Amino acid sequence: MEANRSNRTLLGQLLLLAAGMFAFAIFVMPPLYDLFCEITGLGGKTKGVYEAVEVKIDTSREVEVQFLASNNESMPWVFQPTEHHVVVHPGEARKVTFFAHNTTGRDMVAQAIPSMVPNNTADYFHKTECFCFNNQPLAAGEKAELDLIFIVDPDLPASVNSLTLSYTLFDITDSVSSPVAQLQ
Amino acid sequence: MSKRAKALFLSLLSLVVSLSFAGSAIAASTGRELNMPQGVTEVSQAAYDIHMIMVWVCTVIGVGVFGFMFYVMYAHRKSRGAVAENFHENLVVELLWTIVPAIILIVMAVPATTALMKVYNTENPDIDIKVTGYQWKWQYEYVGEGVKFMSELNTSSDEIYGRAPKGEHYLREVTQPLVIPAGKKVRFLITGNDVIHSWWVPDFGVKRDAVPGLFTSAWAKTDQPGIYVGECTELCGLGHAFMPVVVEVKEEAEYNEWLAGKKAEAAEYASTIGKTWTFDELMVRGEEVYTRSCASCHQADGKGIPGVFPALKGSPIALGPPEGHIGILINGVAGTSMQSFADQLSEVDIAAVVHYERNAWGNDVGDVVQPVDVLNYKQNQ
Amino acid sequence: MAHGPAKGIGRWLFTTNHKDIGTLYLWFSFAMFLLGGFFAMVIRAELFQPGMQLVKPEFFNQMTTMHGLVMVFGAIMPAFVGLANWMIPMMIGAPDMALPRMNNLSFWILPFAFAILTSTLFMDGGGPNFGWTFYAPLSTTYAPDSVNYFIFAMHIMGASSIMGSINIIATVMNMRAPGMTYMKMPLFVWTWVITAFLLVAVMPVLAGAVTMMLMDINFGTSFFNAAGGGDPVLFQHVFWFFGHPEVYIIILPAFGVVSQIIPTFSRKPLFGYSSMVYATAAIAFLSFIVWAHHMFTVGMPIAGELYFMYATMLIAVPTGVKVFNWITTMYKGSLTFETPMLFSIAFVILFTFGGFTGLMLSIAAADMQYHDTYFVVAHFHYVMVAGAVFSGTAAIYYWLPKWCGKMYNETMGQVQFWVAFVGFNIAFMPQHFLGLAGMPRRYADYGLQFADWNMVSSVGAFIYGGAQLMLLFNVVMTIRNGKPVSDPKVWEGAEGLEWTVPTPAPYHTFATPPTVK
Repeated sequence: MEANRSNRTLLGQLLLLAAGMFAFAIFVMPPLYDLFCEITGLGGKTKGVYEAVEVKIDTSREVEVQFLASNNESMPWVFQPTEHHVVVHPGEARKVTFFAHNTTGRDMVAQAIPSMVPNNTADYFHKTECFCFNNQPLAAGEKAELDLIFIVDPDLPASVNSLTLSYTLFDITDSVSSPVAQLQ
Repeated sequence: MSKRAKALFLSLLSLVVSLSFAGSAIAASTGRELNMPQGVTEVSQAAYDIHMIMVWVCTVIGVGVFGFMFYVMYAHRKSRGAVAENFHENLVVELLWTIVPAIILIVMAVPATTALMKVYNTENPDIDIKVTGYQWKWQYEYVGEGVKFMSELNTSSDEIYGRAPKGEHYLREVTQPLVIPAGKKVRFLITGNDVIHSWWVPDFGVKRDAVPGLFTSAWAKTDQPGIYVGECTELCGLGHAFMPVVVEVKEEAEYNEWLAGKKAEAAEYASTIGKTWTFDELMVRGEEVYTRSCASCHQADGKGIPGVFPALKGSPIALGPPEGHIGILINGVAGTSMQSFADQLSEVDIAAVVHYERNAWGNDVGDVVQPVDVLNYKQNQ
Repeated sequence: MAHGPAKGIGRWLFTTNHKDIGTLYLWFSFAMFLLGGFFAMVIRAELFQPGMQLVKPEFFNQMTTMHGLVMVFGAIMPAFVGLANWMIPMMIGAPDMALPRMNNLSFWILPFAFAILTSTLFMDGGGPNFGWTFYAPLSTTYAPDSVNYFIFAMHIMGASSIMGSINIIATVMNMRAPGMTYMKMPLFVWTWVITAFLLVAVMPVLAGAVTMMLMDINFGTSFFNAAGGGDPVLFQHVFWFFGHPEVYIIILPAFGVVSQIIPTFSRKPLFGYSSMVYATAAIAFLSFIVWAHHMFTVGMPIAGELYFMYATMLIAVPTGVKVFNWITTMYKGSLTFETPMLFSIAFVILFTFGGFTGLMLSIAAADMQYHDTYFVVAHFHYVMVAGAVFSGTAAIYYWLPKWCGKMYNETMGQVQFWVAFVGFNIAFMPQHFLGLAGMPRRYADYGLQFADWNMVSSVGAFIYGGAQLMLLFNVVMTIRNGKPVSDPKVWEGAEGLEWTVPTPAPYHTFATPPTVK
């Protein structure tokens, strides 16, 4: 029964391959995709906290940064940038604020998701402080000024003179209170 | 059998061909398009050009390959006495038909790349417009101008469900089209609000998925004013087919005039419905509206004319929940001379007059009726 | 080993015989083909005229979704697994499949999967309505409750496919008759082995995708939910990493079938056998590195678009090699045009046409206009229906006499071919025009400018649907009343081990392996 044994070996190997591909899809593809996004700027996802390094401020150059705010789906808050756009020199740290107002009668938690246009400029937009690093709880009727401090990288390609940063505000009240999310 | 097969083959082939031609002729005579539109922008023209290059390359290859195949099918059939040869490989030929198509593809990659560069040339726009896909409508926001509005299908459900004849612009009409100026580079910042949608205007060559949480950009610049119709092209639920895109390109002066009008509207909105009114502001405005529109029947002192026009002073409606009171003004009372004021009075005026009636002549409900309450009532109806 | 089949229903429930299981797969897939076809008829009837006449948009979306799922996973894939079960052991001189009990299991879980999937149509909130590509978040946050049953059904189908594929790989690698080297295997066997490897590699990825959906829906994770740090676009990458190999999973066995039939009726060996094998392997490899060409409008960086465009264009090279080989096989042959040959020639023409539109779709700038329109619908029906279904039909006419020892009625076969051919083209050719003129896919209703071609397309679809009932009629009539054949070769030009066993093929073949020179 030589054939039987080699059949079983092959069966084991192929099942292992299948299990490996399953694990690949769930455990490797999502982080790989995030890495891919980070490298290519796919989706215009900006990065996490930027450790400020000493850079020379390039006063010869001006870059316009435009701000957009959107509410996802059932998000009832008032959410808008205080200034629609600012002009900065690359290398200069600038603070801007967004205004948020929970107009409802219940306590809520929101998460702001950034997206950068043009998408491949996300690499050149550094945030030293941002409300989007954490979720934002606001009590019923509460208003808040949310801070963002950013630096435009002096290496920003010369062809780009305007950046658009948009935040979409998602209501995550339910998932924050669910036990699974708290475990994460 | 094979003779009959040949006869069948030829007759049915000609049937198919003639049917296609007849179909094309019908389509042409009714002015219906068969091909991709050339559109009115550089991008749509580039897409059209590369499309036509591909059509012709494929046609030439197809005619050559199938011409040869039909020749073989005719010449080497057993019924004509063909005897099979036994060759089954030829390295030179096989290499040749690997390399030649590869070269053709490399040559075609050049215009394909140039065309794609045009699609991605979103830099230095004159105007930014944020496009947000909703289930099942579009929202347009003129970035930095304070102007935004919803654009929804304007075809009635009677037309859709066959209870009324379909109009000329069936499923191609919206409540408010997007308006852009001719001769300006407009950049669209596209995102989704709930599920993924896709914003497509064929004549601009612009199709971009509207993904929640993600912004992408596309652009258009055209010198040809007109109305351009597009569609949502990503399955987004049951209203997927019912959220057309309509863009109106206006001459720049006309556009500026239109935008100024929209800004004034927005300012008006912000200072009226969008504003939170105080008790006394509403009383002042409410008295004006009452005097103008209500006092002739209900009388300036709110006592009405007994037996003809009911009194408002002490009336259970005026002292009851505000929704019922607002409802009377919006819907009127059937069979009486109390008409609907929904179209005659603005939300602000309705709110003010309801507020006034609840708090004048000794009525003392004490609450505040805001214009936004009236708006909500209308929307919830 | 010499005993015949068991009696009664037990024969089918407990069988481990590759011919019985092949028969089960074929009948099951035909039943699913009729079910999916019925869904298609509902779609085309609704689209016959503008306006909503027969169904509500919500139900229409369920029909498009179920049509796609049932046809891809229920009709086409099991049909080719059925052909593989019947033919591969006979083609390589093996007595049966390598893992016969698993063979039984991999078939018998399929009816449950489709019973679950179909039952969702009768649940509250309806069945899956998010398209066969089930993009998140429409298929997660916004899905009907039945989505959990859909996910369960997809898992079962995936398990069935993986087991079936492992069986085929094991059979081919371990059970070949002495002297049957890899490069002597019939091309159908080669294409199936490569397909089986694709299946083992990507069905788990699909299982992973639906598992992530399941966790997002029920356990609060955020793989595809932007609010929690996930990304809906990730779903599309995972899906198409499965989905693009999947379309080759569907078409490669069809290539194999046609590569058997054309030499038979040309009475001449297949031209370029080894280049066919290499081309198949090349297509399989390329299928893993081109997936994002389904996502040109999602807003990838231009470098990504260019890469996926170039890689996709490359697929035209090995595919072209195959088409040239088939035509050169016919060149200087001695051609006859029996029904299997007619379907195979139609396959070559119409599949190549679908290949041309595929090449056009690979051009990213033009795809911005084609994407998600009826042009795409027309494209993939040319490759899937005129490709996979035509070749499957050819295979049935070609091997049916071998299976049951009865010859089908040639006139009836040819009439069925022409009805199918004409109906197919009337149904799908106008969809190219509709797409170019601007009609998006998955639309329950459309503007008046699309009315003419939709009506033509619907008429064609009804004709094509009728052709399938004729196929059923032909097969049943052949089995019941067909003219008996006893010649092992059946066809004058047929070559290969399967044509050396008696006709009809006995229950057990090659109990002692043949020797291949």
